[in-house]
Amino acid sequence: MADEAPFQFLHNEVIQYIYKSAESGETENGRNIAKLENMGFRVGQGLIERLTKDSARFKDELDIMKFVCKDFWTCVFKKQIDNLRTNHQGIYVLQDNKFRLLSQLSAGKQYLEHAPKYLAFTCGLVRGALSNLGVKSIVTAEVSIMPACKFQIMIQKM
Amino acid sequence: MSRQSNRTTDSKKMNSELFTLTYGALVTQLCKDYENDEEVNKQLDKMGYNIGVRLIEDFLARSSIGRCQDFRKTADVIAKVAFKMYLGITPSVTNWSPAGDEFSLILENNPLVDFVELPDNHSTLVYSNLLCGVLRGALEMVQMAVDVRFAQDTLRGDNVTEIRMKFIKRIEENLPAGDE
Repeated sequence: MADEAPFQFLHNEVIQYIYKSAESGETENGRNIAKLENMGFRVGQGLIERLTKDSARFKDELDIMKFVCKDFWTCVFKKQIDNLRTNHQGIYVLQDNKFRLLSQLSAGKQYLEHAPKYLAFTCGLVRGALSNLGVKSIVTAEVSIMPACKFQIMIQKM
Repeated sequence: MSRQSNRTTDSKKMNSELFTLTYGALVTQLCKDYENDEEVNKQLDKMGYNIGVRLIEDFLARSSIGRCQDFRKTADVIAKVAFKMYLGITPSVTNWSPAGDEFSLILENNPLVDFVELPDNHSTLVYSNLLCGVLRGALEMVQMAVDVRFAQDTLRGDNVTEIRMKFIKRIEENLPAGDE
């Protein structure tokens, strides 16, 4: 849809910008991923405030996760998370079989090494959203065959 | 979990907020990376240009607008189709120069600056400069060289946001030699 396009174009350009001046190398790459993740964090915080300002309090952690998988994902990516798994001990895995920000990159394994760049912002987005809902977490993502990917959320006890 | 809100308007609004917030995060990052506002302005313009050269293809694919016959038509398409499609607003086209090569886009409200205030130490920052680059890049891909700049900005205290666009020249397509 046309109203998704501005964000996608901007997101791609932000990634190009963050990476352009950097030399390649493990530490540089790590720093860039962290920069992208931090940007996503701030955006996630702001977005979740707007999205939930009129909602009732969430019952529990699982309720929050379901909200992220359904409402939050739908608002940001126009679809829901396809699969949510948890070990009921603070680890949640969110699976998106057709992640919007990867579908333009490739279908399959081509450019796999670049996928993390396209996931960092979203990891931050989720971490920021959870943070403003009172949940401290670490969010990572993993991809094996694009455009499917998994986001892993580890709840941190405060 | 049933929140019976109006989904379609909600999600449209959310998308523009996602874009607005992301843009804000970008400008914040640029201000950290560069010492002065001029550099940030230049960087925003460059990034906008990169987006523009790709956006034009997306635009042409989604709309079925053919080639514009003149600059007036171009202005109309930019204001009524492109801005509406991507940012959900329709600026008005005014202040045509007598020669018909320069006009203004007046934006009553600019979605990029929702929630934004410029701090005092960034008074020369052209916050929405990305838009200038986007317009410049997009039009270059359809053989028009234009100059785009902000003439008024609500962030800097003006009543409206005004983008001034000037037609410089038509870009001739360069055929490779020997391709007659």
